[in-house]
Amino acid sequence: MSEGQHYTVLERLANGLVRENPIFKLALSMCPAVAMTNNVRNGFLLGLAVLFVQVASNVTVSIFRRFIHERIRIPAYIIIIATWVSVSDMGLAAYAPGFYKEIALYVKLIVVFAIIISRLEVFASRNTVWPSFWDGMGMGLGFMFALMFVGVFREFLGSGSLWGIELLPFKPFFFWSLPPAGFFAIGLLMALFLWLERRFNAWRGRK
Amino acid sequence: MSPRLWKVGVAPHVRDNATVAGIMWTVFAVLLPQLFLSAYVFGPRVLALAGVGVGTSMLAEAAMQRLLGKPVSLSDGSAALTGLLLVYVLPPGVSLVLPFWGAIFAICIGKQLFGGLGFNFFNPALIARAFLAVGFPVAMTTTWIMPELPAFLAGPDAVASATPLALLKHSGLAAYLAQYGGPHGLWASFLGFKPGSVGETSPLLLGLGGLYLLWRRIISWHIPVAMIASTALLAWVFGPEGLFTGQPLVHVLSGGLILGAFFMATDYVTSPSQPLAKLVFGAGCGALTMLIRLKGGYPEGVCYAILLMNCVSPVLEDWVRPRRFAPPLKKD
Repeated sequence: MSEGQHYTVLERLANGLVRENPIFKLALSMCPAVAMTNNVRNGFLLGLAVLFVQVASNVTVSIFRRFIHERIRIPAYIIIIATWVSVSDMGLAAYAPGFYKEIALYVKLIVVFAIIISRLEVFASRNTVWPSFWDGMGMGLGFMFALMFVGVFREFLGSGSLWGIELLPFKPFFFWSLPPAGFFAIGLLMALFLWLERRFNAWRGRK
Repeated sequence: MSPRLWKVGVAPHVRDNATVAGIMWTVFAVLLPQLFLSAYVFGPRVLALAGVGVGTSMLAEAAMQRLLGKPVSLSDGSAALTGLLLVYVLPPGVSLVLPFWGAIFAICIGKQLFGGLGFNFFNPALIARAFLAVGFPVAMTTTWIMPELPAFLAGPDAVASATPLALLKHSGLAAYLAQYGGPHGLWASFLGFKPGSVGETSPLLLGLGGLYLLWRRIISWHIPVAMIASTALLAWVFGPEGLFTGQPLVHVLSGGLILGAFFMATDYVTSPSQPLAKLVFGAGCGALTMLIRLKGGYPEGVCYAILLMNCVSPVLEDWVRPRRFAPPLKKD
């Protein structure tokens, strides 16, 4: 990934969603993925916050990449991430307090999500603003997609509903709503995801 | 004269008639008397549970091996044994859904995803029990059945439906003695007429089965003896009324200790193979069992004790590595 290499928008989005999906492929930021996937809505809200912080930090680092000295880049990245997390934290608290109450804890924790700093280090610090923006979009959407995918599975099986709307009059499998089930759900869905991708690539190769 | 050909094979050179299938089906058969006793004590629904457990785990094994592209090896009996042991650690009153999901979890996740027979490092039946205890907490703790005592064992009044260990834990020794105390209570406990999981009620039948396995040299004495001895010792030392006042017999005969000591902790795959490591393993199982029974949140701790020691088993194996035959070269 040297500077000046050409990335297209679609390629970056596909990269974040599938080829380097933060949860299913890179296996980064697994703690929120286990904690916040017991229903779809939580996954969506956290994904939204991560998307914002990822895109904003990517763009900032990419703008200042020539001014950040190699030796102090990690503290510099942390400060940039912390800034954007504070912005989203305060912004949400000011303009969407009801919404904020549900995800306050996790929004503050975004500072330490591995996926964000790893994208800054791997991509944004070596690329121009435009590809970095779309890399952040791809990664954020991939994260959101993975959380919602696991969330759909766990919420439907655990409480028989989706997005809080009851679909079944009973709870098919209470186990999936419990915290330890997050590990199993992510493991199984990761396997399913890789299997589907492999099948898809084989099918495309044959055509 | 044709030259004599020496056939050189790979190890093992000492052969024996024991096969995996032979051992598994022997253990399966040895466990059956307890099942029939439970069917008599708790009613015929126990047989339905066992049928669902064994059938599901065999189907799951076949399906998983087919999916993973391995040869299907149902006839070795390991899946059937896992299914049976799983049903043995369930309360007798649970719905048929529990052995079904438990067997699927035991075989698909507990066993085949780790690589199949010989590669799982947790006992599949116990890991499934832990899974069910988390996933169906109400069914797993309240569906005990109080057996009808035969006339020669009948105590004054038997009404409670909690297991002896639950009673001991939540109501104290006095309540336990009122319900299960005295020679009647101990005999009932020993023969198998008490509430409890399907396959843990009769230390007599399980102990006879365990002795048969010992005699056939299918299991060695180290793990069961160390486990029962450490449980008894700790039960005696940390009694309810101060040090050295406990009742070891109560703790040894109740709960799943005998089942666990002879049939679960001795699983070849998940326990160490060196004698010294086996002793440590067994003693650890017993100590953890008593720790959970006396101080933990659950009345019974055998399942989690064995699972925890399963994790440690590779380390134990490493600590007591057998000495090499050749002495190390002298450095000079």
